[in-house]
Amino acid sequence: MRSLNRKLLRDLWHVRSQVLAIVLVMGSGIATYLMSVATLDSLTATRARFYREYAFADVFATAKRAPLAVGAEITAIPGVAAVDLTVQAPMRIRLEGFADPVRGLLISLPDEGSKPLNRLYLRAGRMPQPWAQQELVLGEAFATAHGIAPGGRLTAVVAGRMQDFEVVGIAISPEYVYQIQPGAAFPDFERYAVAWIGRRALEAAFGMDGAFNSVALSLAPGTPPARVIERLDPILEPWGGLGAIAREDQLSHKFLSAEFGQLKTMATVFPVVFLSVAAFLLNVVFGRLIATQRDQIAILKAFGYGNGAIGRHYAAMAGIVVGLGALAGIAGGAWLGHLLGRLYMSFYRFPWLDFVLAPASVASAVAITLLAALSGAAFALLRAARLPPAEAMRPEAPPRYRATTLEHWLPRRWLDQPTRMILRQLSRRPLKALATVLGIALASGVLTIGLFQEDALNYMVDQQFALAQRNDLSVSFVEPRGRDALAEIAAIPGVLAVEGTRSVGVRLRAGPRSVLVHLDGLPAGSRMKRVLDTRNRPRVLPTGGLLLTEYLARILDVRRGDGVEVEQLQGARRHFELPVDGTVQEFIGINAYMELDALNRALGEGERVSHALLLVDPRQTNAIYHELEDRPGVASVGSRKAAIDNFYQTMAESLLIFTFIATLLAGLIAFGVLYNTARIALGERGRELASLRVLGFTRGEVAYILIGELALLTLAAIPVGWLVGAALARVIVAGLQSELYRVPAYLSTQTFASTTLVILLAALASALIVVWRVRHLDLVEVLKTRE
Amino acid sequence: MPETVFSARGLTKVYRTGEVEIHALRGVDLDLYAGEFVVLLGPSGSGKSTLLNVLGGLDVPSAGRVRYRDHDLSTADEESLTRFRREHVGFVFQFYNLIPSLTARENVEVVTEIAEHPLPAAQALAMVGLGDRLDAFPAQLSGGQQQRVAIARAIAKQPEVLLCDEPTGALDSETGVRVLEALSDVNQRLGTTTVVITHNAGIAAMAHRVIHLQDGRIVGVEVNPQRRAAGEISW
Repeated sequence: MRSLNRKLLRDLWHVRSQVLAIVLVMGSGIATYLMSVATLDSLTATRARFYREYAFADVFATAKRAPLAVGAEITAIPGVAAVDLTVQAPMRIRLEGFADPVRGLLISLPDEGSKPLNRLYLRAGRMPQPWAQQELVLGEAFATAHGIAPGGRLTAVVAGRMQDFEVVGIAISPEYVYQIQPGAAFPDFERYAVAWIGRRALEAAFGMDGAFNSVALSLAPGTPPARVIERLDPILEPWGGLGAIAREDQLSHKFLSAEFGQLKTMATVFPVVFLSVAAFLLNVVFGRLIATQRDQIAILKAFGYGNGAIGRHYAAMAGIVVGLGALAGIAGGAWLGHLLGRLYMSFYRFPWLDFVLAPASVASAVAITLLAALSGAAFALLRAARLPPAEAMRPEAPPRYRATTLEHWLPRRWLDQPTRMILRQLSRRPLKALATVLGIALASGVLTIGLFQEDALNYMVDQQFALAQRNDLSVSFVEPRGRDALAEIAAIPGVLAVEGTRSVGVRLRAGPRSVLVHLDGLPAGSRMKRVLDTRNRPRVLPTGGLLLTEYLARILDVRRGDGVEVEQLQGARRHFELPVDGTVQEFIGINAYMELDALNRALGEGERVSHALLLVDPRQTNAIYHELEDRPGVASVGSRKAAIDNFYQTMAESLLIFTFIATLLAGLIAFGVLYNTARIALGERGRELASLRVLGFTRGEVAYILIGELALLTLAAIPVGWLVGAALARVIVAGLQSELYRVPAYLSTQTFASTTLVILLAALASALIVVWRVRHLDLVEVLKTRE
Repeated sequence: MPETVFSARGLTKVYRTGEVEIHALRGVDLDLYAGEFVVLLGPSGSGKSTLLNVLGGLDVPSAGRVRYRDHDLSTADEESLTRFRREHVGFVFQFYNLIPSLTARENVEVVTEIAEHPLPAAQALAMVGLGDRLDAFPAQLSGGQQQRVAIARAIAKQPEVLLCDEPTGALDSETGVRVLEALSDVNQRLGTTTVVITHNAGIAAMAHRVIHLQDGRIVGVEVNPQRRAAGEISW
């Protein structure tokens, strides 16, 4: 078969530009698949090893203040393997030259020996000396954000007292791989810190001698966490226990799982799009190649090559294209996987990255591509194999054209002959036209999902910070306070308005389902914190019922009018039942709301507020912040502007990368489809067009016939592309639903405009190539060659 | 009495091209003998090519029977037709039908690689006077040279029958004569049964027998008492 092989290579070389287009599209499909799979596998493997080697706990619980002796009771729960009792204290950090409020969490380390669970990976420096009072190990995220190295100093305010620490080490903890402040939607490495100091030092600073307020448990293999939690909650309840959670609900772990889920969606959606386009392109190109080789197929058959041999010959051609696509895809996928892994490593705090590119993933990528390619080429291959040899020797019968319906509707003089040719060409091969339209639309769809992420995040931020949460600063108190606390704050110069809110940790129950959330009491007619319905209109706060985040209502499976049992987890620990008054739209977190006074009545603790929301004179924000920070009774101060700034700072870079990759890939697909369509139209109709040239048509008039077809297909594809984009966005969004956040399937007008522009540019580039080719059409030669 | 190679009875062929139904053969009876050089003569549309295709196993008749020695070609399935062509038949076509991406030698090798007792490609090409153009691509050869490559390709597997459809149709007189000489040479040297289609009556002079076709029927058979050499023919 050596001569046939040579023919194969030379034929491929002859259509190399089209082969290249297919290889690029196919390579992109494999690359995105491998990139997502490799990143997902690598992160999963890394997380598993880190958890294992650094003893990440299975169950977590907090209390207000429990004596250390309670630890023995916890250890005695059947199935508990190890127990880590710690003190955790909120802190505020002061940094020279950084004006924004910085909050943090200080966690105790055993004064001697190492932590039994959630052990620290020391990135730099050392652990504190036994019994050291002023030595601190700082979490890597914050240290990197501010360029703090071992030997640096840090001032922290714990329980209202300012203390100086020396940073002796920089560490990573399995508990804070995704380091995010509870209640926040996005990590803020600059304004939230986690740090560890010796237990005795923290006990003294936080008034926790002989006590703990946080416990982590590891379980014996095969022990269901729910059974241990059932026993643990009653033990901690007298000590202000807030309800234990299993690993799945641990904040860092939960965020990681949500993001891994997102990667999984990506690993499905993108390759499916790319490979279906590649299959389509293969079909088009091979269909054309085989059509031009009718007589060669005939001669091979005449000399005794069987259908199988002919089929194998063209299948091998498809195989080579797939092989090239696979090579490009594997190389690209490994490279992008490393790139994406590094990008993720700047969000996640893993000590290392175990890069995994599983041979099975590579094999499945190649197998899927081969399948897609063969299904794409199958029709053409079957035709080649089935072509009766004598039939193939005759010139192809003239294709059957018909006058199109449009021509019947429109007056004759409206349509010149070239336009008729365009319409009839399209109507003769409606499936091919449809496939081309779909191919372009898929390119537009890929671009849409690239740009959509930015749209969705902008929309979330807009909804959260412009419509719902409109205060400049928020203050949280150490303990709920009376209304006089608000008056004190209002008296600070520059404070324009103050509103108090009450937030209380509760367990909501509806039938067998229960969820731990915060129940927020907001003042009626609040100007600063509003809850919005699905059409972003402010919702009136109920006095005799609850408003639930829509997603929360879904978890609890309750509707308006259903009763929900509320179990207060702090203070008086009351139980009461309230009807659901309605749902509100929130993309970040899950919450329950009611009117402030009604909540206070239900809790029976008098008129209390736990948070104050402030509108301030922007010129005095920093002064007000520092004034508040030093007040006893203030746990923390948050700034809305800082939150927004951080969001865009954190997201901007990764969004840029995503948008760039998506635009590039979408441009590739669009160009691949359009270029092949134009190129093949030119090949199929070269004789016809050359004849027209001989009859006296200008180059422009001839090019119009090809470009007009291309333009019609492109214009038809644009609205379809919008629909495909919206549908793909919905598919992706469906994979991103979690308690932590829901991404809205929101697409901006700008996104639609950008996708349209990219498609038009790709079409223009293809059209220019066609025009260039038409200019070089050799009239005599084309007429001489036998089709 | 020479051995009968092909025997056809009542051959009918109807096929459609586009929306038109064509009756290409309307009941043909024919015997061809071993080693004979036969010319099929007739105007275009008379059914010559269809007859040749049926004889060569490229096509099956709509009705009637055709046998090649002990093979029944009219009822054979595709696989056996393929085997028949591979083992017994060489084709030469009007438009050469060379594979443009392969050189002269490679075009011949495409066939010798699947044949049982082939001549070396270079020898086959030398027989048609192209021993010095082995590595030329079709685009680098003249029409006559291309047709001679096609003949080399057809004879390289030493077939028992050589079927030629208008082998000189696209060539000028002088080049055509060289091609005919090559065919006649092969017929004499290898004893290959050779059938040549033409609508050029001049060529008929070099045949053992001339069969006239019209409207899908045989309208006459002449035996040439005195064959002329290819070199003596011109048109």
